[in-house]
Amino acid sequence: MRKYQKKQLDLLKSYVDREQEQTDLKISRQGKLRLQKWYVPLSDKEKKKITRELVQTVLARKPKMCSFLEWRDLKIVYKRYASLYFCCAIEDQDNELITLEIIHRYVELLDKYFGSVCELDIIFNFEKAYFILDEFLLGGEVQETSKKNVLKAIEQADLLQEAQVMIYDDILEDTYMETYESYCE
Amino acid sequence: MSDVVERTLSALPGLLGQHDPGAGPGGAGGPGRVSASSRLGSLIRSITALTSKHRLMKECMVRLIYCEMLGYESSFGYIHAIKLAQQGNLLEKRVGYLAVSLFLHENHELLLLLVNTVVKDLQSTNLVEVCMALTVVSQIFPREMIPAVLPLIEDKLQHSKEIIRRKAVQALYKFYVIAPNQVQHIHDKFRKALCDRDAGVMAASLHIYLQMIKENSSGYKDLTGSFVTILKQVVGGKLSADFNYHSVPAPWLQIQLLRILGLLGKDDPRTSEVMYDVLDESLRRAEINHNITYAILFECVQTIYTIYPKSELLEKAAKCIGKFVLSPKINLKYLGLKALTYVIQQDPNLALQHQMTIIECLDHPDPIIKRETLELLYRITNGQNVVVIVQKMLDYLKESKEEYTIISLVGKTMNAVFSVGGDVVHSDIPNNFLRLLAEGFDDGKEDHQLRMYAVQSYLALLEEEDKLYPQKFLQVMSWVLGEYFSLVTDVDPEVILTKLHSLLRKTFVTSETKAWIMAAVTKIASHTSCSKTVEELIQELSSSLDTCLRQYAFELKQLCEDKALMKSLLPFDASCSDLVVDASLSFLDGFVAEGLDHGAAPYKPHHQRQEEKLSQEKALNFEPYGLSFASSVSSSGVTGRQSPTGLSFASDTSGNSVETGHKETNTLKLEGVRKLWGKEGYLPKKENKTEKGNEPQAVPCGSLLAEQVGEPPALQPDQGASLSEEDKEKQQLASTLFIGLGSSAGVSLMGKTDTATQKFKRKSKINETQQLSEEASDFQNSAASDFGPLLDTVPVNMEDSEGSTHRRLRKASPCSSDIVEDNLAFETSQSLRKSVLDERLSANRLSQPSLFADSNIEIFQPSPSAQSESASETPLVPSLPEELEGLPHSEGVGLCQSDALALHLCKVWTDDSLLLVVFVSNKTTSALGAVNLVFEESEHFQILESATSQFPVIEAQSVEHCQKCVRMNKVCTQAILSGSVSYQSEMETRLEFSVTLSLMDFIRPMEMTTEDFGKLWLSLSNDVKQNIKMSPCQDSLSAALDTLQQKLKLHRVDIIDTLISITAYTIWKVLPPDDGTVCSLCQPKGEGTAMSGDRDESGG
Repeated sequence: MRKYQKKQLDLLKSYVDREQEQTDLKISRQGKLRLQKWYVPLSDKEKKKITRELVQTVLARKPKMCSFLEWRDLKIVYKRYASLYFCCAIEDQDNELITLEIIHRYVELLDKYFGSVCELDIIFNFEKAYFILDEFLLGGEVQETSKKNVLKAIEQADLLQEAQVMIYDDILEDTYMETYESYCE
Repeated sequence: MSDVVERTLSALPGLLGQHDPGAGPGGAGGPGRVSASSRLGSLIRSITALTSKHRLMKECMVRLIYCEMLGYESSFGYIHAIKLAQQGNLLEKRVGYLAVSLFLHENHELLLLLVNTVVKDLQSTNLVEVCMALTVVSQIFPREMIPAVLPLIEDKLQHSKEIIRRKAVQALYKFYVIAPNQVQHIHDKFRKALCDRDAGVMAASLHIYLQMIKENSSGYKDLTGSFVTILKQVVGGKLSADFNYHSVPAPWLQIQLLRILGLLGKDDPRTSEVMYDVLDESLRRAEINHNITYAILFECVQTIYTIYPKSELLEKAAKCIGKFVLSPKINLKYLGLKALTYVIQQDPNLALQHQMTIIECLDHPDPIIKRETLELLYRITNGQNVVVIVQKMLDYLKESKEEYTIISLVGKTMNAVFSVGGDVVHSDIPNNFLRLLAEGFDDGKEDHQLRMYAVQSYLALLEEEDKLYPQKFLQVMSWVLGEYFSLVTDVDPEVILTKLHSLLRKTFVTSETKAWIMAAVTKIASHTSCSKTVEELIQELSSSLDTCLRQYAFELKQLCEDKALMKSLLPFDASCSDLVVDASLSFLDGFVAEGLDHGAAPYKPHHQRQEEKLSQEKALNFEPYGLSFASSVSSSGVTGRQSPTGLSFASDTSGNSVETGHKETNTLKLEGVRKLWGKEGYLPKKENKTEKGNEPQAVPCGSLLAEQVGEPPALQPDQGASLSEEDKEKQQLASTLFIGLGSSAGVSLMGKTDTATQKFKRKSKINETQQLSEEASDFQNSAASDFGPLLDTVPVNMEDSEGSTHRRLRKASPCSSDIVEDNLAFETSQSLRKSVLDERLSANRLSQPSLFADSNIEIFQPSPSAQSESASETPLVPSLPEELEGLPHSEGVGLCQSDALALHLCKVWTDDSLLLVVFVSNKTTSALGAVNLVFEESEHFQILESATSQFPVIEAQSVEHCQKCVRMNKVCTQAILSGSVSYQSEMETRLEFSVTLSLMDFIRPMEMTTEDFGKLWLSLSNDVKQNIKMSPCQDSLSAALDTLQQKLKLHRVDIIDTLISITAYTIWKVLPPDDGTVCSLCQPKGEGTAMSGDRDESGG
């Protein structure tokens, strides 16, 4: 499974802002990125262009349509979970269905880690989401398919981390609260 | 640093307004509501100021990652990310590494600063630190620094923790991908990783192997067995339950292994042999209705079609594809189409089975499905369906907006049209295509890409030497190359010139195409400095016999001498700029005036001259007036780029394509109209017959294939009415699309009939056999009527029994199995025909008379003439009794004769014995009495029943016969059976005769299935060991050989010194007494050596 390796981008989550949808139809079509990971070197400009195009195409898809897309010389596999779209770009000879299951497994991992994951979890702990992704996929290939092992590795690292967090003052927590409030507004 | 900050800020005017508040970069300790730009500003300030306080830096870094993701410039923070990874504690290091892996790419210069940190962390005793370092290495690492960390990572392969080993292997994989030669020396370590006790490490090593096998599959054939074993274990559920995904054992691992096996087994029967079992197993196990099992199935199917084929597996795989295609789930349908596209070249029948589904997919609302279907159709494009398929592609083109799709599709479409349709297409099409290329779309960039694509694909096509392309396609190619060669920068124009030059030399290129090529050469030459190829070309063509080419060559030569003129004459990409043509030729006024001054006659137009001439001569003009005009027009036309020959030829050849194109509308009118006149004139009767025969055959097939078969409406009014209009349209479409996929014999026929173009394999097979038999019978007919003398050797008896359509064909020689097969096919097709006729009769009474006429032609044969002819040669030629005539037999051979009596013999090869039929004919005018026929005893043959037969009396001028059943007692290649006949006329007379019987007379083809043969092969091949006990007293060679001969049923041929050669029988059943048990002994050589070994032992 060479997918992520050679080709552009892997996980890109786009998000339809529901509130904006009611006010302005044009903006509603602009998805917000929550997480992205690239496994091939590309310039920022290219990345931006690809992201924009992909978000547009994926959001334009109707619910009953095929989860696979042909885009340039790549295949895009996407799946929608609640308000989030998960997309992967793979090469033509890769297996689309197993990619769909990779997405599903990642969501399962997130769900297990956060305990019924929601979008806010990912927004406020997106570095955690990245850590999980790195344990699951490495360099564009599936690294560890066992759910138990991935979470064990994450928890090990977290334990060390938490032990140190205790020492620090709670400035961090304040800033979290701050941003959370401003989000609610 | 401050300039960076300023640049960043100025790059972000007002962008933060629409910034998601959730990600709002609140400055550290800053107030809750500040303007957006100052928020980012404070973030930047805190990042630059807080270099010493890492704990806050970590938080800032997380925010920076978020900013980066939202598209803001954050390069100012990259260095801090590296610093964080370097200096921070565990917690900060983790974020630092994450930030680095997200911000930087592997060629970034800052990455060099990270190498030291990575090396330090790899040596750390803390497990988490090592893990982090390995993770970052497997994601991004500068290629040139690999040697610095490689030994450390190699050490980690022996680490006690599974996770470390796994990540180390993953890092090595990364190294292999970016710099394969750097890890050349540690290939044995990969093998060790493959054999790791932990499945996770093994799975990681598969990434490396997949990559290596992709590049060079032959080097890893020895590992096939291991991969198969691993897959067997995985499929069998031997892995721990941790790896299960929705109760399917390690699906990712399975797919990885299947892919590797596919690469290994490609075109390699021996390697493929090893994996058949496990593939079968995987197919069987994957039965739960879940996406993941479908993913495995899909991979299995792909592997099965990639490796050396095995019919049993292919059948199962085809069934799987059917499941995919027919699935209501759209994702599976897509995969089904993808699989079909993959296998279509190997097995076009699969597409035929699913043609209705494919047609439905063509109109699917999801453009992705539509596109995949078009891709599938593109693969099956042939001369007959190209028009329809291209039409579909064009429809899709009109709808789609995406530039990439358009480019690839236009290229494909045109290539399909030209390479397949070729000379058939109307000359407008290439012209339109070229105009499209030249004028382009609204978007300049798209044009550019399309042109690039065209040039590149044509160059690739020209790479293939000695391939015949249609003239039109060559013309288009040369125009495109001449016009847009400079767009492709990586190809030297010299290379293109050489290619064009070699094209010019080819004999199949017409002079018109050569003119196009020359124009292209001229264009290319104008943009390059004078090249050797051009000079060579000029040299060569200046003496060409073709005036047109010579003209071009001289023009080119002149232009080459004056580069400036050439440039101005042939500007780049000016193909669609309008040229102003001075029609009045005003620039010649001076020249004309000068001429007039010198006393030249004023110019008179052609027609004026003609009139004058006429009025002057006042004579009869036999020339038609129009001719001279026409010639003048064409002569001026030749100089243009488009020569008029193209038009004439298109009008002639386009007839065909138009016919197919309008098929849908024409169908009803053409129905039932007999096609008497074709392109070649009056269509021969035979074709007409087969056509009629084929139409009603759709009836029995149709019932088998349920509603998938569309019947021609006129023939099946009741069924046709029940089908909705839409269905009919679809079926029409299907028939036009899938035409030409069946057997070629069927195609040529069906292509002409305009009806019943459903092409199912089964049906076309029937067509084939029928046509074959038709031909065979025609041949026989003609043989019977035209070549009288041939009858002696090939006695063909056409007989009509009770006026029915039943007919038999007798064969003279059993030696040629082909003929026997033909005969068989003929018989079956006859019975088919009969049923068809019945159907036909009930279906359509009107055509009854003509049908009978048809069958009359075939059925009533001039058999009497054949008989009379042979009778005239020998008056008393015996004919076989009725019940034996159906069997293969030899012609009658005279055995002996006297004045009164003649003996003829006929061999009849029955299934279980040889039947000798002896005809005793009385030549005299009086009756012969007491005729006694005796066969002598022979050691080789056994005559069943009695060896004698007696005829009490034979009437005058009549023939009696007797039959003797002969079997072979002792195998020999040839032996003589002799006998005598005695009779009483005026005195007792005795005649001796002898018959030579060869082994061939006693051998019958053995019918067995391939499986039976396989079993027999095994049981009788050399692999079977048999212990033969030899008593010590049997020490003489002959005694030993006798034993062997008995036990092994070997036949001794000859003994020359120590070398023993033994006969080998082929797979023919030898008639009793061996009773068919003696079969093949192949490789007599091997046997021979083994035998001699035995002999030595027994002798010593």
